[in-house]
Amino acid sequence: MKDTAKIGQSGTLESSDILVMVQLSPDQNGIRIELESPSKKCFGSQILKTIKQTLHNLGIMNAYVKAQDRGALDCTINARVETAVKRALKFKEKGDV
Amino acid sequence: MAINAVGREIPEEIKGVGELNPYQGAFKTVPTGNKMSPNISMQKRGETKVLNSLEEAIKKVGVRNGMTISFHHHLRNGDYVVAMVLDTLSNLGIKNITIAPTALFPAHKSIIKHIKSGVVTAIQGSVNGPIGRIASEGVFDVPVILRSHGGRARAIESGDLPIDVAFIAAPTADIYGNINGVKGPSACGSLGYIVADAMYADKVVAITDNLVDYPVAPISIPQIYVDYVVKVNKIGDPKGIVSGTLEITRDPLRLLIAERAASVIEASGLLRNGFSFQTGAGGISLAVAYHIRKIMKQHSIVGSFGSGGITAYFVRMLEEKLFRVLLDVQSFDIEAVKSLIRNPNHLEMSASFYANPHNKGCAVNNLDIIILGATQIDTDFNVNVNTESDGVLLHGIGGHMDTAAGAKLTIIVTPLLRGRIPIVVDKVITITTPGETIDVLVTERGIAVNPNRKDLLQRLKKTRLPLVNIEDLKKEAEKMTGKPEVPQFENKIIGLVEYRDGTIIDVIRQVRK
Amino acid sequence: MEKRLRRTALYIPGNNPTMIQNAGIFGADSIVLDLEDAVSIEEKDAARILLRNALRTIDYKNTEVVVRINPLSTPYGHEDLKVIAREKPDAIRLPKCESVEDVQEADKLLTKIEENIELKEGTIKLMPLIESAKGIFNVFEIARASQRVVALNFGAEDYTADIGAERTKEGKELLDIRARILLAARVAGIDALDSVFGDINDEKGLIEETKFIKQLGFNGKSIIHPCQIKPVHQIFTPSEDEIKYAQRVIAAIEEAKAKKSGVIALDGRMIDAPVASRARRILAFAKAAGLISVI
Repeated sequence: MKDTAKIGQSGTLESSDILVMVQLSPDQNGIRIELESPSKKCFGSQILKTIKQTLHNLGIMNAYVKAQDRGALDCTINARVETAVKRALKFKEKGDV
Repeated sequence: MAINAVGREIPEEIKGVGELNPYQGAFKTVPTGNKMSPNISMQKRGETKVLNSLEEAIKKVGVRNGMTISFHHHLRNGDYVVAMVLDTLSNLGIKNITIAPTALFPAHKSIIKHIKSGVVTAIQGSVNGPIGRIASEGVFDVPVILRSHGGRARAIESGDLPIDVAFIAAPTADIYGNINGVKGPSACGSLGYIVADAMYADKVVAITDNLVDYPVAPISIPQIYVDYVVKVNKIGDPKGIVSGTLEITRDPLRLLIAERAASVIEASGLLRNGFSFQTGAGGISLAVAYHIRKIMKQHSIVGSFGSGGITAYFVRMLEEKLFRVLLDVQSFDIEAVKSLIRNPNHLEMSASFYANPHNKGCAVNNLDIIILGATQIDTDFNVNVNTESDGVLLHGIGGHMDTAAGAKLTIIVTPLLRGRIPIVVDKVITITTPGETIDVLVTERGIAVNPNRKDLLQRLKKTRLPLVNIEDLKKEAEKMTGKPEVPQFENKIIGLVEYRDGTIIDVIRQVRK
Repeated sequence: MEKRLRRTALYIPGNNPTMIQNAGIFGADSIVLDLEDAVSIEEKDAARILLRNALRTIDYKNTEVVVRINPLSTPYGHEDLKVIAREKPDAIRLPKCESVEDVQEADKLLTKIEENIELKEGTIKLMPLIESAKGIFNVFEIARASQRVVALNFGAEDYTADIGAERTKEGKELLDIRARILLAARVAGIDALDSVFGDINDEKGLIEETKFIKQLGFNGKSIIHPCQIKPVHQIFTPSEDEIKYAQRVIAAIEEAKAKKSGVIALDGRMIDAPVASRARRILAFAKAAGLISVI
């Protein structure tokens, strides 16, 4: 089980929310983010920055993140990423047992 | 380059368009000279106007490369006629056509293939959705000229927009070219937007799926303007033509904005006998009408007229005698269509009657209150309804700048944020309607009054309404969202926003990939 | 400090970003950001983090910010309190509160957190939600279990289910229970807030129920939709005559104070403490409704 990807998901596709899927897998090198957002031109780089910062704060160095944004504010993005990571880590614990 | 009265750089001349007059102020242009005079023609006794096919009509009126043709959008998203005409032109090998629609809808996206093949090479008129997008990508050599409903009527009457052939989708036409929009399987109600085209185009072709004996009644566009009548199978899809009855929004945020807008109206002192009122059909606008109706009933106020695009809600207010008259330039739903037939106080009006600033008086001049939306509004109260926050041209002007200029009180209603995008900004990307014609902005997080309206501010200060500076609203929005990045543009101008008086208020540039 | 008005306490689902963002704009006196019933078991973790961030970043201005955590007896309650209290909400609403121990447990946890984040002890208030037979039985002790308790909330739905009563719109089955909660609150010198009115389309019913609980003496009501704010506030808005009389009462008190006179009279009637406090309450409601600017 140890070498399989651990996946966590959080958020919704409702307005002002963001659906975040985090995949922690051994073969992922660094952080890769796939972002879909209606405010990509105005806030795309800010959203990516928030996602990366949140991962960094949680000590995640290698992850694939798929984020489907529906106009979420930074506080929501941060919350959804954190929840997704924590869920992925829990997934991992279960896997290890 | 010249800097116009709202601080935008306007080139002196554009190839394919000619000299540009920069915007000087909402009421600065004084027109001179004569109106455009269309051809004199004759119809001999015994000659028939009814032709067997669209192809025959196109040949008879002599559509050639480089001509300008026009359409109306009263069939909205159900329209088949624009596609039908362009397909036929394409089959006949005709190229380099300028189209001058009163508006376009997503249903018109088949135009794109005719743009790519060179049948259509320019647009004068509102564009939206997918066509706006490709215009923003720079597909045209000549910029799109965007006009308001009133501005378009003015441009046709003044000769700024000469139309070679008007192709008029006619829900009902008789064999001698009399047209109405209220009957037939594709009934759409008012035909107000296409009246100027009928009167001033060189040639006029009516396209109908309901050809009737002479004479039809009622008559919206009379035989004296119509050259030919073509019978086709279907001019549109009724499902896309009129909408069902629009529901008032249930979103508490929008309801709050509407309630506040109604309180602003009540405090303005304008809500009294003889009151005139216009709103759009959007969620907040309709909810404002709901409150206004309640207040009018409560205080037994009888208004003079409701105007613009007419909805079932306004029909109800007419029938409850809350308004004496409805002035209908466009009928939004089936109730409005039915009312236009049966109620003598529900009047059809042309775009020129509605909003043309250069005739002997248009309806918006008599309007007390207009409720409008905005894609963006800046701290000078300039409003953008054309381009999205990413800079892409996605919407037409409608009657925005016309009603704002005419009404005694112009209220913009909008949530402070749309998703994460702030609506109140430092500088709008595109100025559609100048701030000097906007009086109040109502949002869920406060009401900002244009500082030029000291009288109104005094009145509102006596209420408990949450008054704020527009700068503070901008700051509050950015506090929540962060500062949005400004979209990048190429040098190429892809659109001109013409103010209703014919001057240029802003230009729209190609978006950078 | 002026006493807080708690005419309306608007429940906001704790996992809904739109509603959390906009919770403060509708004019409710308090908002209750809800981690309990409004959040499914699978989303407890997500909502807790979302609310934590919201409390950090969203400015609710003068609105009282309350968070309803999950009961401390569930696996989520402790974590909720630990995470949320650090963000300094005005108060915590304690659901399924049944005993003094329930309040004291929360009190102790809050004291520890306040110490950790260098917040003055007792800053974060508690609002026990009484919604079971046992809770009603112990309500007098609960109301006085901690200095933090500033209001009692009544949860009629859960209570009727627990007791086996039939829930009716007129609420006869709840009369003595409401009276008991109110009495407990008054003995403790705190607010009593009534249960929600569940049918958002029945404005008439809401108005009737609110009139009734105001008559009983409740300070306000929990509500579930912004459209319920205006009707409830209107009922808590005093009439012109009431305001005028209250203003005269206060003026008479001021006058007597200035004259250093012991006995205060108005229109030949003595003004005693209850009359004065009633007048102050009326003026506070009048001010909240914007009918007067100063008390």
